[in-house]
Amino acid sequence: MSQSIGVQEKQTRPLSTAKAGERVRLVRIDAGRGLNNRLASMGLVPNAELRVVSNGHPGPFVLIVKEAKVVLGRGVAQKILVK
Amino acid sequence: MKSITVALAGNPNSGKTSVFNMLTGAHQHVGNYPGVTVEKKEGQCIHRDWRITFVDLPGTYSLTAYSAEELIARNHIQEDRPDVVVDVIDASNLERNLYLATQIMEMDVPMVLAFNMSDLAERRGLKFDLDQLSRLLEMRIVPTVGNKSQGRTELLDAIVETAGAERRERIHRVTYGQEIEDKLLQIQQALDRTDGDVVARYGRRWLAIKLLEQDEDVMSKVHDQKVLEVVGRGVVHLRTILGDEPEIIMADRRYGFISGACQETIQNSVERRHDISDTIDAVVTSRVLGLPIFLLLMYVVFFLTFKIGSYPMGWLETFFGMLADAITSHWSDGHVEWLRSLLVDGVIGGVGGVLVFLPNILLLFMAIALLEDTGYMARAAFVMDRIMHKIGLHGKSFIPMLIGFGCSVPAIMAARILDNRRNQLTTIMVIPLMSCGARLTIYALFIPAFFPPHWQGPMLWLIYLIGIALGIVAAKVLRLTVFRGETMPFVMELPPYRMPTSKGVLVHTWQRGWLYIRKAGTVILAVSIALWFAMNFPKPPADRLEGRSAQEARQEGLWYSTVGRVGLAVEPLLRPLGFDWRIGTALIGSVAAKELFVSQLGIIYAVESPDEEAPSLREQLRADYTPLVGFCVMLFCLVSAPCIATVAMTRQETNSWGWALFQFFGLTALAYVLTLLVYQVGRLWL
Repeated sequence: MSQSIGVQEKQTRPLSTAKAGERVRLVRIDAGRGLNNRLASMGLVPNAELRVVSNGHPGPFVLIVKEAKVVLGRGVAQKILVK
Repeated sequence: MKSITVALAGNPNSGKTSVFNMLTGAHQHVGNYPGVTVEKKEGQCIHRDWRITFVDLPGTYSLTAYSAEELIARNHIQEDRPDVVVDVIDASNLERNLYLATQIMEMDVPMVLAFNMSDLAERRGLKFDLDQLSRLLEMRIVPTVGNKSQGRTELLDAIVETAGAERRERIHRVTYGQEIEDKLLQIQQALDRTDGDVVARYGRRWLAIKLLEQDEDVMSKVHDQKVLEVVGRGVVHLRTILGDEPEIIMADRRYGFISGACQETIQNSVERRHDISDTIDAVVTSRVLGLPIFLLLMYVVFFLTFKIGSYPMGWLETFFGMLADAITSHWSDGHVEWLRSLLVDGVIGGVGGVLVFLPNILLLFMAIALLEDTGYMARAAFVMDRIMHKIGLHGKSFIPMLIGFGCSVPAIMAARILDNRRNQLTTIMVIPLMSCGARLTIYALFIPAFFPPHWQGPMLWLIYLIGIALGIVAAKVLRLTVFRGETMPFVMELPPYRMPTSKGVLVHTWQRGWLYIRKAGTVILAVSIALWFAMNFPKPPADRLEGRSAQEARQEGLWYSTVGRVGLAVEPLLRPLGFDWRIGTALIGSVAAKELFVSQLGIIYAVESPDEEAPSLREQLRADYTPLVGFCVMLFCLVSAPCIATVAMTRQETNSWGWALFQFFGLTALAYVLTLLVYQVGRLWL
C-alpha cells in the first residue's frame, strides 16, 4: 500500500484518483480559461498543496487548499492534475 | 461635514455582511445593480465630522471578467472611484483572502484592510505582526469582529484617515518576474501611443496586466489593433517559455507575493487539524445521511413557513376582513358605490391578499438566513448537486423550487441565493410549475366533484407530479436553448460552521420583508386596481338589472364587464380544450390570484357563498362537465399564466419585463398545448 503511493507520488495523475487523507501538489489544470481562473482565485494554482478530505465515489470531491475547505464536482477533479 | 464613499469588498464567507451591518446599523438600502439581479446594498453612517456612504460589493474571490459579480465589483471600483475600498479579510484564512487584496491594490485606490473574525484566528493559534504587515502592504489594517461589533471605531478612524491622506506611489507591489514584467512594459508603451482616454481612466499598469491576462472586458475597451497585437505576441511568447497561460503564472506570483508578506508577519503555531466542522461535514454530507438530513431540514423550513406562519397569516386575514367590513358598514348607501367597491374588493382584496403572506415571507427568509449564516447552505447545495446537475441546475436551485410548493412569490425571491444568472433565471422560469398553495383550492373543488373517493388522493398526487416533471423538462430545455452556455463546473467553498447572530439574521429577514411590502404597495396595487376595473366595468345599463336579485345582478355585471366579454370572446379558442365561456371567464379572473378561480366560478354559477354552498357548486360542475374536462381545467390551472404577484416578482428579480412576459406567455402556451393534447386524445378513449 505505502509502496504504491510512493510510486504514484512521482507521476502526474488526476486529482480524482487521490484518496482521502492524501496530500498532493497541484501540477496543472486542463480546463478552459473560466474554470482555470476561478480555481486560481480559490488558491488552486500550480504547486499549491492540497489535502484530500473525502473522495466520495461517486459525487463531489472535498479538499483543503490554503486553509479553506473546497468542494469540487467530479468532472473538475478529473481536470486537475497533481503529483 | 465632509462626505465620502467607501466600497466594501471581500471574499464570500469573510463576514463582509456582518462588518457592513456593524458599520451602518439599520441605515441600509437594498436595491439591484442596474441590469443584473445582483443585490446592491448601501448604507450610511456619520463618524466624527464625516458622512460616510458604504456600498457593499458582491462577495468575490477575484476580480476577473468571468462572473457578473466580479465584473460589478471591479467596475464599481474603477468607474465610481470610491474614496476608500475596505477589503474584509477572514483573518483565519489569510493567504486566500489576500488574493483579492492584491488585485484591488493594482487598481490604485486607497485601501484599508479589515481583519475580520480576528478572535477566531487568535483562538486558532495565529499571531499577526500587524504593524509590519501594514508597512509591507502600505495600508491600514484593523482587526475586527463584525458579529460582535468589535473594532468599529478603529475601522472608521482608519477609513477617514486613509480618505484624507495624501496619495503616494506604491513601493511594494506584486512583481510578476522578468519575462512578464518585460511584456507588461511593452504593452504599457503601446498603450501610451493610443489616445489616452481609457488609459487615464484605468491606469496603464492595470490595463497592461488585464490585457496580458486576456481579460475580455478590458480587451473590448481598449480595441486598439496595435496594442492588441503587442498583447497577442506577448501571450504567445510567455506561453512557450513559461509553459502555461500567463494569467495562471500571474495568479501564482500574486500568491507568491502574499506568502512573502505573510512569512515575515504571521506566526502559525498550530497546523489546521481535524476540527468540529469536519466532524459535522462527515455526517451532513455523507452519502447515506446527507439527503435525508437535507430533506428533514427542508421539511422544517416548510413547516415553519406555512404551518407556524398560518397563525399570524390568519390574524392578518382577520384584520383585512375587519377593515373591509368597517369601510362597508360606515359607507353611506348609494354614495359613490364604485369607490367603496374599489377600496374593498380591489385595494384591500388585492394588496391585502398579498400582504397576508408577509408572515410566511419573514419566517421563510429567517430560516434561509439561518441556513446561510450557519454555513449549512453550502452543504445543502453540495448534497443536492448530484441530482440537480442532471437537469442543468445548481444544487441550491432545489430550495426555491421547494418553496414554490407554498407560494411562487417568495420562491422567486429565494432564487437570489443562486449566484449564477443563468441558473437563477432558469429556476425562476420553472418555479410556477411547482404547484402552489393557492392552486390547491382549485383541486380541492374539482377533484371531489369529478372523481370517486379512492381516486382523489392519487389524482392530487398526479397533478403535483405532473408539475414537477414539467419543471424538470422545462429546466432542461431552457438550459439547452434560451439559457444555453457552459454549466459552470461545481466549485464551492465549504465555510466553517458558525453560530449565527440574531442581529445578522434579523437584518437579513427585515430587508427581504421590506422588499416584499414595497412590491405589494406598488406593482401589485396597480395591477389589482386595473383588474378590479376590468371585472366591474363597463356596468350593465340599469334597465337590465331591473327586478333582479342581488345575486343575479352580480352575475349580470360580470357578464357585462370587460373580463366577462373577454371570456366570451376567447371561448372559441378554449373550445378545443373542452372549456366553455364560464371556465374562460374564471380563468381570466384567476390571473389576479389563483384561488380567485373558485370564487369566480361561484359568481358565475350564482352561488351565494362558496364556503357554504361549495357542495352544490360541485354538483353543478358535475352536471355540466365530464371528468376529463375537470382534469383538463386542473391541468390548465397548474401550468398556465402565473398570477400577477408572480409576474410582478419575476419582473423585479430579473429586472426585465421581457422575462416576466416570457414566463407568463410561455407557460400559458405550454398549458394550452398540453391541455389540448390531453383533451383531444382523452376524448377518443373516454
